[in-house]
Amino acid sequence: MGHDALYKEIILEHHKDPRNHGLLESATASITKHNPLCGDNVTVQIKLSPDNKTVDDIMFSGSGCSISVASASILTDDVKGQSVEKTLKLIEQFRGVMQGNEKPEVLEGDVEALTGVRQFPVRIKCALLAWTALKELIENQNKEKSA
Amino acid sequence: MDAQKIREQFPILRERVNGKALVYFDNGATHPKPTSVVDAEVKFYHHDNANVHRGVHALSQRATDSYEGVRNKLCKFFGTNNTQEYIFSSGTTASFNLLSTTLAPRVEAGDTIVVTRMEHHANFVPWQQLALSKKAKFEIVELKSDFTLDRDHFKRAMAMKPKIVSFSAMSNVLGHKNPVSELATLAKQAGAIVLVDGAQLVAHDEFKISDLGLIDAFVFSAHKISGPTGVGVMWAREEFLKSLPPYQFGGDMITFVEDQSTIWNELPWKFEAGTPNIAGVIGLGAALDFMTEIGRGNILKLEHELVKQGLAKLKQVKGLKILGSESHEGRAPIFSFILEGVHPHDIATLLDLEGIAVRAGHHCAQPLLRHFNQTATTRASLSYYNTAAELDVLVSAIENAKKVFSRGT
Ligand SMILES: Cc1ncc(COP(=O)(O)O)c(C=O)c1O
Repeated sequence: MGHDALYKEIILEHHKDPRNHGLLESATASITKHNPLCGDNVTVQIKLSPDNKTVDDIMFSGSGCSISVASASILTDDVKGQSVEKTLKLIEQFRGVMQGNEKPEVLEGDVEALTGVRQFPVRIKCALLAWTALKELIENQNKEKSA
Repeated sequence: MDAQKIREQFPILRERVNGKALVYFDNGATHPKPTSVVDAEVKFYHHDNANVHRGVHALSQRATDSYEGVRNKLCKFFGTNNTQEYIFSSGTTASFNLLSTTLAPRVEAGDTIVVTRMEHHANFVPWQQLALSKKAKFEIVELKSDFTLDRDHFKRAMAMKPKIVSFSAMSNVLGHKNPVSELATLAKQAGAIVLVDGAQLVAHDEFKISDLGLIDAFVFSAHKISGPTGVGVMWAREEFLKSLPPYQFGGDMITFVEDQSTIWNELPWKFEAGTPNIAGVIGLGAALDFMTEIGRGNILKLEHELVKQGLAKLKQVKGLKILGSESHEGRAPIFSFILEGVHPHDIATLLDLEGIAVRAGHHCAQPLLRHFNQTATTRASLSYYNTAAELDVLVSAIENAKKVFSRGT
């Protein structure tokens, strides 16, 4: 097994030059998640539309390995400007693929490059970190709204 | 025995990982087991399997003799003569929980508990939590820029007249020894109970308990010295042990149970409630024999050579920074490092593809890594059976990792 399956060009490129990286001044909600394995963390900040239906803006920060940074970069790129509904669907698909319950073909675009991570089971947590964080963040928002 | 002869004793070293010969540089996490240790456990289960301190029958007697005999081996190994001073637990973590729980009644609001910046979570979190629950002060002695403990800070901490001072004899991240005896004297002068985490020291140094000075307890795990997992040893001074209440209640730790009260068993059994890890303790005995056979002086010599070679070879790698002393003296071949531009997780994956096992992460020492502004490092922790050739494999794999991450720049 070579490293090419994991460290695809797209991933290395996102790692070197992550999109939506930094602090979001206008954030309406924020969450920090830790990877207990290595102590890495990611903070995801979002600005939802007033009706909570669209991800108007999203940024991430924190420290992490190439996989977690690239994965957060790809995630934020994909969901920025998307509807919350589509965002949650994409998160579910990605989690499904990572956990082996879903075919990798459902993923399109840069995110597809992350499917190689499945051959490195200990690294799946790294890839999922930002996605799990965003899911929880949106769910918290929905709870707050309905409460 | 030379390194090659020693290596033959560890079957795991014949494993191949990702098509490559295994280079096991994760000894700090747990050490490989020699055949003799595994055989000792198998022999117990196949020929002597019985509970200890219970029955009159032959097997129970054999099991008890083998189990208790390990306390004699410990006495010999550490140059002491009182078997009552060795308590078996499930590991270093369990021993510190025993200590923090049984010492809890003595800690009051406003008291001070002292640890150091370089502690493993096992010797950090129990005291932090005890201090929190008692509204006591939790003082963390800092490091100097050369990675050694700040003696002046330690002295200032002793001026606070702490109740408990607990520190590691050797950091599992930095790899160098602390001046245990000197620190113990200062702590005793301040009137403190002095506890020492020996989990790493025991694997990398030759010493007697008396060399450690005025300490009250010294704890370690069998698995770091090629013994089984799930076995720990707590050596503690007899008077100190006698001053502690029992930790866990149940079978074996009692002399007599009345309807409304109980008389505790004598030392050491007062602190060994329930059926212990009998086979594991017997395996520890075999591990002590194994180390004695190789010779602890020999181990020290082999490891000193690896320290020299490791530091020299790693220093050649551009962009690599070792977190730990660059001096050869008082140091074990434990090399924690950061590599510019490559995250430890990525290094570890790329090394794994070359068959090299290292640890990437916080090494259960988050307070220490925070001090260095890191969330993770890569750690190659070597042992006496490792070779300079394996270090070369490591260095070339690190160089390769750098190449992967400089693609396109
Ligand atoms: C210095 C130090 N203290 C404590 C421990 C904890 O040992 P265990 O996990 O066996 O309880 C370790 C091992 O990880 C260690 O290296």
